Amino acid sequence: MAQNEDDDYEYRIKEGDHIVLKRGDVYKAVQIQRKKKVIFEKQWILLDNVVGHLYGTTFEIASGGTLQPKEDKETESSTDVKVAGTDNRNIVDDGKSQKLTRDDIETMKEQGLKNEEIIQQLIDNSSTFNNKTGYAQDKYIKKKKKKYENTVTVLKPTCRIIATMYHGREPGKICHLRYDTLAQMLTLGNIHAGSKVLVFETCAGLVLGAIMERMGGYGSVIQMYPGGGPVRAGVECFGFPTHFHDMLHEFPICRVNALLAGTLDTSAKDPAADIAEEKHLNAAAEQEQIQPEAEQQEGGPTEERMETNTGGGGKDREKVEREKRQEAKAQERKVKLEEKRRKLAAAAALLEGRNADGLVIASQYHPCSVLLGLIKFLSPSRPFVVFSQFKETLIECYTKLKEQGGTVNLMLTDTWLRHYQVLPDRTHPLLLMSGGGGYLLSGTTVATDHSEPAAEEPAPKRQKVKDSEG
Amino acid sequence: MSFIEYSDLIQDGDVAIVHLGHNSVTAVKVQHGAQTQTRFGVIRHSTDLISQRYGSKVTCSKGGWVHVLHPTPELWTVTLPHRTQILYTTDIAMVTMMLELKPGSVVCESGTGSGSLSHAILRTIAPTGHLHTVEFHQQRAEKVVEEFKEHRVDHLVTVRNQDVCKDGFGVTGVADAVFLDIPSPWEAVGHAKAAMKKHGGRLCSFSPCIEQVQRTCQALTERGLEEVRTLEVLLRVHNVRPVTLQLPDFGPDSDSSSSSSQAAEEAPPSAAANPASLKIRTTTPPREMPGHTGYLTFATKPRT
Repeated sequence: MAQNEDDDYEYRIKEGDHIVLKRGDVYKAVQIQRKKKVIFEKQWILLDNVVGHLYGTTFEIASGGTLQPKEDKETESSTDVKVAGTDNRNIVDDGKSQKLTRDDIETMKEQGLKNEEIIQQLIDNSSTFNNKTGYAQDKYIKKKKKKYENTVTVLKPTCRIIATMYHGREPGKICHLRYDTLAQMLTLGNIHAGSKVLVFETCAGLVLGAIMERMGGYGSVIQMYPGGGPVRAGVECFGFPTHFHDMLHEFPICRVNALLAGTLDTSAKDPAADIAEEKHLNAAAEQEQIQPEAEQQEGGPTEERMETNTGGGGKDREKVEREKRQEAKAQERKVKLEEKRRKLAAAAALLEGRNADGLVIASQYHPCSVLLGLIKFLSPSRPFVVFSQFKETLIECYTKLKEQGGTVNLMLTDTWLRHYQVLPDRTHPLLLMSGGGGYLLSGTTVATDHSEPAAEEPAPKRQKVKDSEG
Repeated sequence: MSFIEYSDLIQDGDVAIVHLGHNSVTAVKVQHGAQTQTRFGVIRHSTDLISQRYGSKVTCSKGGWVHVLHPTPELWTVTLPHRTQILYTTDIAMVTMMLELKPGSVVCESGTGSGSLSHAILRTIAPTGHLHTVEFHQQRAEKVVEEFKEHRVDHLVTVRNQDVCKDGFGVTGVADAVFLDIPSPWEAVGHAKAAMKKHGGRLCSFSPCIEQVQRTCQALTERGLEEVRTLEVLLRVHNVRPVTLQLPDFGPDSDSSSSSSQAAEEAPPSAAANPASLKIRTTTPPREMPGHTGYLTFATKPRT
């Protein structure tokens, strides 16, 4: 038994773990904390009880907490159907087929009846159920099961799950990047262990997390970030081991020009930039705190501030305390800035060789300037991939790259994803499919030839491009 | 070079990808003294390739030039010698993510076929993972072993020449993921399950026909696999090009001359002979595109 438990250790849910809750096709990423309530699918749940269980376990939700369900394989057969009609010619929609009222159902729920029992009641009290065809009966039961289902499965986060979750819950935060498009990016970018990859993303850290998963802690990732700091809420969801973070570097995009010009000074103070960054730093720190679980932590920081303000006694004491706080804050800021400078120097050192192995861009910014700026850091014969929600921005990228040279195999693509229902005699594509998952521009760098800037294209096509520019 | 690690310089024994322009590429085995004929002339390996940097421009004998690229699984997929129908990058990308492959993953695959997917799997699971691949066709199995060796990934892969439907994958309880691309995947579902870790794993089956999908889904459900999902992913390529659209002549405008002068401004000077026209930069779809490759069916094996 003890041996068996050791064997399972890495598959067990532990306190502090980042997990994903799943019901049906709905996912939610949370971190396990004692006594912390989370809301999932309009229900409050307490995660204390899941600790120690294996990943993949399904739990039934009792009042306020979670319990492990019994191995309920018999529920499938409990709603077995014997009588069925052949067609619906005699089924009339009079709105009276269900004998139970809403109140009846509510009472059953309050009595703590099992979901299967409620469903059975609904079937028994439906006057039309036995006249429905077998297929229609299946569909009815499936629908009711979905509605009254009260279970939640705990999963270990993976790129597949988190990308699906973000696309389902908050597509706006990830620039509507669909998971199949993300899959294409990782493959077209040849993301793998041991390489040095540049990333510019404003997809909440999802793209960065996906890249880090594929690199498995080997190699290095340099995140180029706009504004005061990188957003990494999505990376947190992956729950990477700490050593993965050793491979992660960051570099502010506003310093790229200086780095390219060779005027970036990472040792001496740069007062103007420091002040700007300091402002950003505070803003970013607050932002990052809120972002991972916006729903629950909204009130957090402000509440605390209010408490400290009202809690003061004499005016002098308040003054002294305020000064102390300010001093501590200043100190803290200094340390943070120093840390930031150190990181900047490390990232700059990685970039300076201009020998990165891959470039991935997925942001709400216009990709053209980002691509043209960052592609300079790539070695020749390395892949790059740019995502945009809009095709037009990538058309511009394509044109500029063709003019400038230094790339081959340019491709502007998108993918089309279709899900299928596969059931005996009822196989067909799902009625709903995603309208668009964004566009990709991919290609490979080659050594630039300074004598012939547009040497990329064969003569006749080049003529065309020139025409259009004129 | 290696398919799992970048290097800067081309060396003897490497596989280099020669880019001939217009998305036309070919793979070359680099050997001292060897020559490769292209439509731009001959490439002499000793002088033109060896010790050159990957990505550099190589001038061929007729004065034409090509670019020499570092091999990647994606470039290999479009240059490899076909011994079977192969999986292309779009499907491979989806398979890789949905099977949750990453460094360290242990994967079972059958059939190996031409090794298009195998190279992509090896790239993703290196340096600590392993691929167990099964190919019942002896000649194909031998050929792919040779390729893995040439591509310096043979330490990450075991090729077994057996029938996966009868004999399974040759391993049990080790795989994080199983991929099936065989005519009757439903006959291999049991073996796939046995190959997977006790703690569970992911499965994918690729089939061109819906009847195969139906039998597979049934077999998966019967064997207790969960989250059975079937999907299809298609690549759409957009060709970027400028398009000129003519503007009709509405005749002289009696009110003001503003509209006609505006049109004249927008039209390039060369088009003065024509009536006004507008040039837009847009994309056009290819005249024909692959409309179907195969259905991808995914499932999760729960802990047993």
